[in-house]
Amino acid sequence: MNSTTDLTQVVPQAADYIRILPEIVLAIFGMIVMVLDPVMDERSSQKILGVLALVGSLAALIATLFQAQYPGLGFWNMVQVDSFSLFFHFLVAAVTTVVILTSYEYMAVQGIRAGEYYALVLFGALGMSLMSSAVELVLIFIALEISSISTYILAGFRRRAAISSESSVKYFLLGSFATAFFLYGVALMFGATGSTSITVIGDALRSGQIPILAYVGVALIFVGLGFKVAAAPFHVWTPDVYEGAPAPVVGFMSTAPKAAAFAVLLRIMFEADAPGRVWLIWVAAALSMTLGNVGALVQNNVKRLLAYSSIAHAGYLLVAFAALPNNGIPAAMFYLASYAAMNVGAFAVISHISGAGERYVTLEDYEGLGRRSPLLAAMLTIFLLSLIGIPITGGFFAKFYVFSAALQANLVGLVIIGVLNSAVASYYYLRLIVVMYMREAREDVPLPRIPLGLGAALAISLAATIYLGVLPGRVLDYAARTAAEWAH
Amino acid sequence: MSNALDNSMLTLITFIPLAGAVLLMFFPRRDRDIRMFALVVSLLDFVLSLHLPVHFQRGQTGFQYETNQLWISNPNIHYHMGVDGVSMWLVVLTTFLTPLCVLISWKSIHERVKEFFILLLVLQTALIGVFVALDLFLFYFFWEATLIPMALLIGIYGHGRRVYAAVKFFLYTMVASMFMLAAILWLYAKTGTFDFVSIQSAIRNGQVENFSGAALWLFLGFFIAFAVKVPVFPFHTWLPDAHVEAPTAGSVLLAGVLLKMGTYGMLRFDLGLFPEQSVSNASWIMVLALIGIVYGALVAMVQPNMKKLIAYSSISHLGFVVLGIFSFTQAGLDGATYVMLAHGVSTGALFMLAGILYERRHTYEIAEFGGLATPMPVYATFFLFIVLASVGLPLLNGFIGEFLVLSGAFRDRAVYGIVGATGVIWSACYLLWMYQRVFYGKVTHEVNLALPDLSGRERAALWPPAVAALVMGVAPLLWLNAIDPAVQTALAPFAQLASKMVGR
Repeated sequence: MNSTTDLTQVVPQAADYIRILPEIVLAIFGMIVMVLDPVMDERSSQKILGVLALVGSLAALIATLFQAQYPGLGFWNMVQVDSFSLFFHFLVAAVTTVVILTSYEYMAVQGIRAGEYYALVLFGALGMSLMSSAVELVLIFIALEISSISTYILAGFRRRAAISSESSVKYFLLGSFATAFFLYGVALMFGATGSTSITVIGDALRSGQIPILAYVGVALIFVGLGFKVAAAPFHVWTPDVYEGAPAPVVGFMSTAPKAAAFAVLLRIMFEADAPGRVWLIWVAAALSMTLGNVGALVQNNVKRLLAYSSIAHAGYLLVAFAALPNNGIPAAMFYLASYAAMNVGAFAVISHISGAGERYVTLEDYEGLGRRSPLLAAMLTIFLLSLIGIPITGGFFAKFYVFSAALQANLVGLVIIGVLNSAVASYYYLRLIVVMYMREAREDVPLPRIPLGLGAALAISLAATIYLGVLPGRVLDYAARTAAEWAH
Repeated sequence: MSNALDNSMLTLITFIPLAGAVLLMFFPRRDRDIRMFALVVSLLDFVLSLHLPVHFQRGQTGFQYETNQLWISNPNIHYHMGVDGVSMWLVVLTTFLTPLCVLISWKSIHERVKEFFILLLVLQTALIGVFVALDLFLFYFFWEATLIPMALLIGIYGHGRRVYAAVKFFLYTMVASMFMLAAILWLYAKTGTFDFVSIQSAIRNGQVENFSGAALWLFLGFFIAFAVKVPVFPFHTWLPDAHVEAPTAGSVLLAGVLLKMGTYGMLRFDLGLFPEQSVSNASWIMVLALIGIVYGALVAMVQPNMKKLIAYSSISHLGFVVLGIFSFTQAGLDGATYVMLAHGVSTGALFMLAGILYERRHTYEIAEFGGLATPMPVYATFFLFIVLASVGLPLLNGFIGEFLVLSGAFRDRAVYGIVGATGVIWSACYLLWMYQRVFYGKVTHEVNLALPDLSGRERAALWPPAVAALVMGVAPLLWLNAIDPAVQTALAPFAQLASKMVGR
């Protein structure tokens, strides 16, 4: 695996480029979109650049499949293609595809000039992909910044809405703090182990005494990543940012960067065998689940509601991190996949309903949706049921695997907190379902027809949600391979 | 019993309604066609389900028409279905009631017709699934799946306080079934399987570690989910609300089938998996059942609302079922199963009758009626017949089951039998009194004079339950000869338990 010949010490080989092929593809398409944007008039840019971005994300998907033939390390052990990174590449590219499909209609309705929007989505996806394949902390940091900066800007894309700018600035300021924490943690890890390579750190930590610095380093890295995944107590920004950011972007932010940050966390926690992992995670998981669900109970804005719900889901996910690697890793990966499917789907529906200027985002606006658009209501219901964790949706098995992994690690207390929380959570998701079906619309706001792009986005998310709920085996088995590869 | 048709029979019966619902989604919104299609689908399902009793091997114990395939390997979930004498008849009850529900909703549902029938058919699939699933995961899935269409039926098509009733119904049952899920997951963690038969044999052979410590909690976890569904006093408060607000078809399926999920679950899972805990907890459960019988009857007596009266009568009747199940006697369990079926038929019919009146007058208040026998003689005859069946007149279906339950309860402890027997008297009181107030005497409200009698469609919906009530009362063996072996199997461990206790 390690290439030790002389030439490869200085010149990257073709194999190296294959190891970052999806990132290259995303970068190229992102730049094409950016260059073409100023030379196009607004109407054609909406269409052409959007399609170009879609092609880019699909090309990244194909590149990922191609890359799967060439597993191994690249660029002097900085990136690694293994089943783990392939899984996340695929996930990020798929989410990006769905989000781009959702954005067509949204951007046109909001009257936002969309060229650089698509470029930023692609650049963000680049960063996220790189986060999952990087095995070197400094490179991870750079990838994290690429992903974060793109999302900061995307959050403020509804330029005319003050709330969107607020969202962007808030996200940027707090996010910069968080990345600084992360960087500080990296520095301390380097001090403790003499390396920034995850495998070397892992070996160092496993052999011999663990220096106190390493504990502090892990804690600081966790603070940085905890912010990115919206885990309590670093979650405070989430509701405000989600409320202000454009709906498709929220669908994006709440899934792809989150998946990437969790991927990093998985590598650091499990592959590097981070010390002090269990108690740190225990507290954050219990807090996230509880604060997220309790907060969601009183929300009246659907985006805020789903923001709190995403905090809670980060909590459920963290439960898997407290478990043992061989079932915790696959459980977390499965959870991320099914959460991405259902949440992107839910936000696709929300983007469609929100209308120009995102006027329709409160619970009242969903009254009578079951009558106004039975199809949309039915789809949103399925996504919400999946978020609750009702069987034959992906959400059920996601929770099932996480909790059973935790039980096998004897984390009974955490599981009890989790199960109680899911019971609480069913209340607020149901509230939305009740509103859609059992209340009459106050004013008859006609809903636009579902355009092709959005329809495709919804169909993909729905198919994925149901697929993961009916036949979870293949995805879980694939995720389990990672655990086997990392087994020491 | 191994030909392909028999193996796939349960799958067909379970999923034909769902397939019908999916097809309905693509139907144009022509209400007549939609109703017709729903009727055809549900009738087809009924006819198919008759295959089960016709080809059922009566003498055999164990499950029949079994199909068992691996569905998901991790967690180890099998698509395992099968019926014994008890669940087979409950399946037939479900398929019997659904076409009637379609008929009775023909006119009363005139808005969002398509969604209504889609929900109804989805509900039917879930209900049948509950009775045929032999994999605990599959069972839990169908169990939860009944909730959503039912809650939507109540919440969208119900009356005034429908949203409150729907949410209450949903939350009560959802929270209770969480406990069952926890128990199921515990069993899975210890045995590595969700298969009912394998878990049962693992428990009987003592292969489950730490079982003795956890058994009580597991028993209670299952029991509470079922007790809320039945509902056993004091978990019953959701039921009157749900019934009063539900549309007629919803009430028919709710009383006719949904409540039986609870008693069926007690019989199959509480008794089947935890015989010792069932015996040691029987006394307080029997007391709750008796309270339910008497309390339900007394509250029914004073109801001014016809539908609420029938709802409370359900609590009382289902008390008999619980009483019979926890008497652990052959007669008691036979009777309990028979009451389930009989109650499904006659209370289903009672709700249809109440619904027919509601369609005409838009009220359930008993005080609004009086002397209805004059304008609606045919209706009054049907009503009387069903009321008599429901109070347990000999030669009609209610009698057989209640008699068997009471004789089982007597054998267990005389006082249970005596208190239970008063329930029969109470039911005669409140139902006949209601009948008197609604139908006898002079017409008290002038609007009622002009009420039209039953239409052909309504008669078509009422004849089948009336005939069934009679046949079930005259020839109970048609049903009992299939129920008997199933009950014997369920009771087998109890005989050993009893001898063990005597030996002590």
